[in-house]
Amino acid sequence: MDYLLSEQQIFIRDTAREIAQKKILPVRAELDEQEEFPWDIIKELAAADLFAIFVPEAYGGLDAGILDVCLAMEEISKACGGVAVSYASSALGAFPILLYGSEEQKQKYLPDIASGKKLAAFGLTEAGAGSDASGIQTTALPDGDHYVLNGTKQWITNGGEAEIYTVIAMTNKARGIRGASALIVEKGTPGFSFGKKEKKLGIRSSSTRELIFEDCRIPKENLIGKEGQGFLAAMKTLDKSRPGIGAQALGIAQGAYEEALRYSRERVQFGKPISSFQAIQHMLADMATKIEAARALIYSVARYMDTNPKDMSVESAMAKLYASDIAMEVTVDAVQIMGGYGYMREYPTEKYMRDAKITQIYEGTNQIQRNVIALGLIKRSAGKGK
Amino acid sequence: MKIVVCVKQVPDTINVRINEKTGTMEREGVPTMVNPYDLYAVEEALRVKEQHGGEVMVLSMGPPQVQDALREVISMGVDDARLLCDREFAGADTLATSYTLARGFARIGEYDLIYCGKPAIDGDTAQVGPELAEHLNLPFIGFVRKIREVRPGFICAERMTDDGGEVVESSLPAVVSVVKEINEPRLPSLRGKMKAKSFEAVTWSAADLEVDRERIGLKGSPTWVVRSFTPEPRGGGEILAGGDSAEIASKLAEKIRELGVCS
Repeated sequence: MDYLLSEQQIFIRDTAREIAQKKILPVRAELDEQEEFPWDIIKELAAADLFAIFVPEAYGGLDAGILDVCLAMEEISKACGGVAVSYASSALGAFPILLYGSEEQKQKYLPDIASGKKLAAFGLTEAGAGSDASGIQTTALPDGDHYVLNGTKQWITNGGEAEIYTVIAMTNKARGIRGASALIVEKGTPGFSFGKKEKKLGIRSSSTRELIFEDCRIPKENLIGKEGQGFLAAMKTLDKSRPGIGAQALGIAQGAYEEALRYSRERVQFGKPISSFQAIQHMLADMATKIEAARALIYSVARYMDTNPKDMSVESAMAKLYASDIAMEVTVDAVQIMGGYGYMREYPTEKYMRDAKITQIYEGTNQIQRNVIALGLIKRSAGKGK
Repeated sequence: MKIVVCVKQVPDTINVRINEKTGTMEREGVPTMVNPYDLYAVEEALRVKEQHGGEVMVLSMGPPQVQDALREVISMGVDDARLLCDREFAGADTLATSYTLARGFARIGEYDLIYCGKPAIDGDTAQVGPELAEHLNLPFIGFVRKIREVRPGFICAERMTDDGGEVVESSLPAVVSVVKEINEPRLPSLRGKMKAKSFEAVTWSAADLEVDRERIGLKGSPTWVVRSFTPEPRGGGEILAGGDSAEIASKLAEKIRELGVCS
């Protein structure tokens, strides 16, 4: 399918594809096995200007849009979902600064993120605050020119590897989620440490750690936006990032499908390639149809979001929800087509299946996505009735 | 520092065709690429720029289609390029080529370091680099597999030799030709691709370079290709199979003795 991409978008897609195929594919199994953070590849992505695409030109970026990020994510994920999320999390960490940051904060942090010199990360989730962000316990209490952070963030992607963290903490607990604020914390700040690296089912080359704050003092100028805007900043950040996770799921599904298709044409049983059997053909047809539907949805939502609509939570959630659900289905079927070979770690298919699962969970579980979609639609319907 | 890299456009290796009449390579209408060895030279030059600042320029000689090759290296981060392009340059052997390139360097004027790929994969002579150094009266370091240190006025490089290596120091400017062991060339960047999109190298003709017309192109080439052919493949070897490793080893020893290679 021709999605009528711009010349710049084709450059971005091809650049990401070249790195994915030449640099990531040969090492992905080892990265997965060793659970090793892919610094060499992060450097390649940085040198190719791929971290610049989500940052405005004024701060050293290329001022591309959500669709451009999705194209890069799809290509990287086709090779390795773990590398892809390490890349995407830097965008996720940068979004609160991009959306609500002051001019000084943008000048200070964005150029290093755009050049890939520093990675960013986003700290929202806690042990008791997953889908329910109002359960946040981490506090940032004002003390003179500083906020004093206390608490623990859980499962933070790029934790320990990133230099710049945007963290959601309560500056006024009495106000509930309206008392949450977004703050920038730099690695190396006294009182800021990391928990152990988590062991995961999939995306194992990515780094997932706790962020631990113990009387960590950060200057007041590190507050993003105003006090109390933290929850809004988090929700708007996730609105912007969800299509990227959709694109990650899409790339994973595409990669698994291509493995299964190739295998089915080579694998001979009952004297014929198994691709000649209708049972396999129908599976492949369903997989390819779902993938193309997900791609069409993600690209159109991303294009729509690049027009800066006021409210795009519903569409953004749809893109993530649909693509991640079909990625799980497609990768399970890819393993099934390959049978015992698909189950073996010698082939990449089982990794696609393990990597796919997280896309239904993070950036809001798919159950939460359905809440977002339904509530948004009901709100729109009620708004029209006025 | 200003580093200039000599780059050649060569036929894509999968598609080499020889003109049976002339014995030379068909260059028209075949897919082309940047000589892979020259990409190692470009990468090394970009690293010097990253370390010391300055500029990387690429110099090439060839028909107008070489602009495609120049755009490719521009997308890797090269700052600028010059193309020596004139019908009179055509048919040059390595001597005429290196003379013409040397005139190009005279026109460029100031530079600190010249990198070349050791050979071009089409002609595979590895002569242009050292000849260029002769024309320019500069030191030449060939077969370089590692740059130990480079700074204004000084270079220290490891050469690859048949029996190991050599460490060579030299003043700059110098001509340095590199082997494929030296690095892994970077992939094009987005900014590079955007710059390359509209890039067109300044071209210099024979008149621009103030060349001696007797020393360029076919006329200036003392060597010419009589015939190109694919050598007969060597005869197949013999596989010693069957039995355990001790038996195979003794069979092998017997064979060696039979051949009189050693007793």
